[in-house]
Amino acid sequence: MKLTKRLFLGLAAGTALATLPIAALAQDWQPKRPIDFTIMAGPGGGADQIARFVQSVVEANDMTNRPLIPTNRGGGSGAESLLHLKDARDPDHTLMVTLNSFYTTPIRQEGLGVDIETFTPITMMGVDPFVLWVHKDSGITTFEDYIAKVKEMDGEYVMGGTGTGQEDSIVIAYMAGAYDLKIKYIPYDGGGAVAKDLAGQQIMATVNNPAEAKGFYEAGDFVPLLAFSDERMDAYPDVPTMKEKGHDFSYYNQRAIVGAPGMSDEAAAYYREVFGKVYEGEDWQNYLASESLSPLPMDEAQTRAYWATQVATHRKLLSEIGG
Amino acid sequence: MEALSFLADGVLVALEPLNLVLILIGVTVGLFIGAMPGLGSVNGVAILLPITFLVPPGSAIIFLAAIYYGAMYGGAISSVTMGIPGASTAVATTFDGRPLALQGRASLALVTAALASFVGGTVANILFTLFAPLLATMALSFGPPEIFALMLLAFATFVGLGGDDIPKTIFSICLGLVLATVGFDTISGEPRLVLFDIDGFLRGIGFIVLAIGVYGIGEMLWTIEQTRGEVTTTNPKMTFKGMVADTKEAVRRGWKGTWIGSILGFFVGVLPAAGATPGSLMSYGVAKMVSKNPEEYGKGTPDGVAAPEAANNSASTGSMLPMLTLGIPGSPTTAILLGGMVIWGLTPGPRLFVDQSEFVWGLIGSFYISNIAALFINLAFIPLFVWMLRMPFTILAPLIFVLSIVGGFAASRSMHDLWLIVIFGLSAFFLRKFDYPLAPAVLAIVLGPIAEPTMRQSLLLSSGDPMIFFTRPIAGPITVVAIILILLPAIKLLRRKRSEKTA
Repeated sequence: MKLTKRLFLGLAAGTALATLPIAALAQDWQPKRPIDFTIMAGPGGGADQIARFVQSVVEANDMTNRPLIPTNRGGGSGAESLLHLKDARDPDHTLMVTLNSFYTTPIRQEGLGVDIETFTPITMMGVDPFVLWVHKDSGITTFEDYIAKVKEMDGEYVMGGTGTGQEDSIVIAYMAGAYDLKIKYIPYDGGGAVAKDLAGQQIMATVNNPAEAKGFYEAGDFVPLLAFSDERMDAYPDVPTMKEKGHDFSYYNQRAIVGAPGMSDEAAAYYREVFGKVYEGEDWQNYLASESLSPLPMDEAQTRAYWATQVATHRKLLSEIGG
Repeated sequence: MEALSFLADGVLVALEPLNLVLILIGVTVGLFIGAMPGLGSVNGVAILLPITFLVPPGSAIIFLAAIYYGAMYGGAISSVTMGIPGASTAVATTFDGRPLALQGRASLALVTAALASFVGGTVANILFTLFAPLLATMALSFGPPEIFALMLLAFATFVGLGGDDIPKTIFSICLGLVLATVGFDTISGEPRLVLFDIDGFLRGIGFIVLAIGVYGIGEMLWTIEQTRGEVTTTNPKMTFKGMVADTKEAVRRGWKGTWIGSILGFFVGVLPAAGATPGSLMSYGVAKMVSKNPEEYGKGTPDGVAAPEAANNSASTGSMLPMLTLGIPGSPTTAILLGGMVIWGLTPGPRLFVDQSEFVWGLIGSFYISNIAALFINLAFIPLFVWMLRMPFTILAPLIFVLSIVGGFAASRSMHDLWLIVIFGLSAFFLRKFDYPLAPAVLAIVLGPIAEPTMRQSLLLSSGDPMIFFTRPIAGPITVVAIILILLPAIKLLRRKRSEKTA
């Protein structure tokens, strides 16, 4: 039983990566201890859901010889996780599931001394777009209606989000800047709470990830007005994008797995193979579709380049909103 | 009536052999996880989540719900036997549970807790079955000002109860509130009070850390010092007859608290963000207020155990409601359950009851069955827990210290937290010597992180006008009641002075 499984894994790896010298290395290295699978956010949020989903796929298919141990280290807007990885005593067994605080927190809290470019790219699992939502009872059906309404209310229009300097506050700040809007911004501690208070009409609009708003959208309570994605989303073909409105802006939440700084090449190759398989598997592809995540596969070099541009973009966005 | 036929199907699903076995295993595992200080239902559910992928989704969530129920019953066990609340929901259970145990009535306390939990869970299940969609709408009407008003009420029940030294109670609450602000601030997005620039404080200070420090270390040191190690807990041998007598006494002396807890706990639990802790606390407060013998509270009355225990079970069921109907977790444990549901391909939210009615009613059916299973399994283990108390204190005390340290580490796997536990333990010991009540501090660290952001969100909504807490139709009355409760001791004092004058 064991023999055949190993044989099968070897064969699969061999055929998939036959052209890469890494394949040989990947087989040499195996985890020796349970793998620390740090989650950059608290339980229940998007990153947590993804981490537990990935863990369960790995577990169900017996893809690693040592278990992944998920631990939520969401403190300090992810600072806790970043420090945990930076100071990891055993980088070969330390992984992290990220969101965009991976970029923003080191910029906002320079005292941490975290340089994400030292981290080890493993696998980009997908990116999560943002959408502007209003409640159906508001009567607003188009982005233009929304702009008119916000202007009319002159500073009394209330939007909710997940905290100053967080992903959605960046989106809202950009939108407000582009259209000269005055918005009253109420920070919450999670996207779920934001969506709930829009459903209860405690607030007037949100920019939630589709996954967070989906339930209310399907029940007919939420109306999507604008997508902050590069192209129209498959699940919301009638919703225009910010780019169509003439502003070159798109914004996604990164859903990636990264390794601790100083992880050996052999270990990194091993994890890339494991999570690469998870990524290609049917379970994950279905998850991407049902939660409206966009695929964004990248290799190591592309990921590093992507990180560099993201850091630059976030530095610019954050300085613009004064966060 | 349609709901009832769905429910009958649901109960049948829960009674399928596989599901029934899962319920029994889940409840037993949950009971022991809950009884372990530091480990609560959150840890239990998180640890066992991956195992559930071996069984179909319906069975998996039934299993997790059974663990959840088991852990809720189990929380009372460490509160009573060791005096350490295993979870924030069981803090109020220590108030009367611990004194009962020290009087040699641990079995009465545990039987009361089990029965009250059962009634609380059942009442909640019935309310859930009948009014789920209506209650979901009610939950939505609670915005930040309403939640803050509710937290104010929770604090007020504490201060307004009187009896204890009120300035010292307020000091203790403030201490807890200050500790609660350590870490990352959601509203401004900035770290606060990162003491001595130690990175560990970025995460903030958790309830578990303070509770284990205060109860597991501080209280134990104090007990050792008071008694010089000669603690005599004369817990009689457990006999079947004795348990029957305890059951009768529990019903006679705990029914009132049970009802208050069941109803109040459910309505507080239904509100997302609030959850079981304020529910259990408020129930204790209300039970004491309406009691004919309020002076018995805190010295060991079954009503004082029944109210919070009924409430925390009732609220746990209640907190499933916002999770299922709105996709909003009412507690950290339901947050993990929610993650599980997403993994199984179910979308919690307004459509769940319609699109996945078989799943939903199967789950609710399993609540009924889990609750019954939990009652009997719990009763069966009570002799074991009481037997533990008959160990000599010289063995029990070091055992509790070890459990505290292990439990404290297991919750977060961080040495930083362990040092904090020791520091809090020693500080608590000295504060205890000066007669400062520490339960308010422990509760403030739970309620503070809910109260503070909701207050600031409300004030942002109203552009800084505090009238928002009075003018909104739901928040207004709650705030007024809370303020009256806070002022009650002062009014009583005035009245007494006046009557002294006239007399």
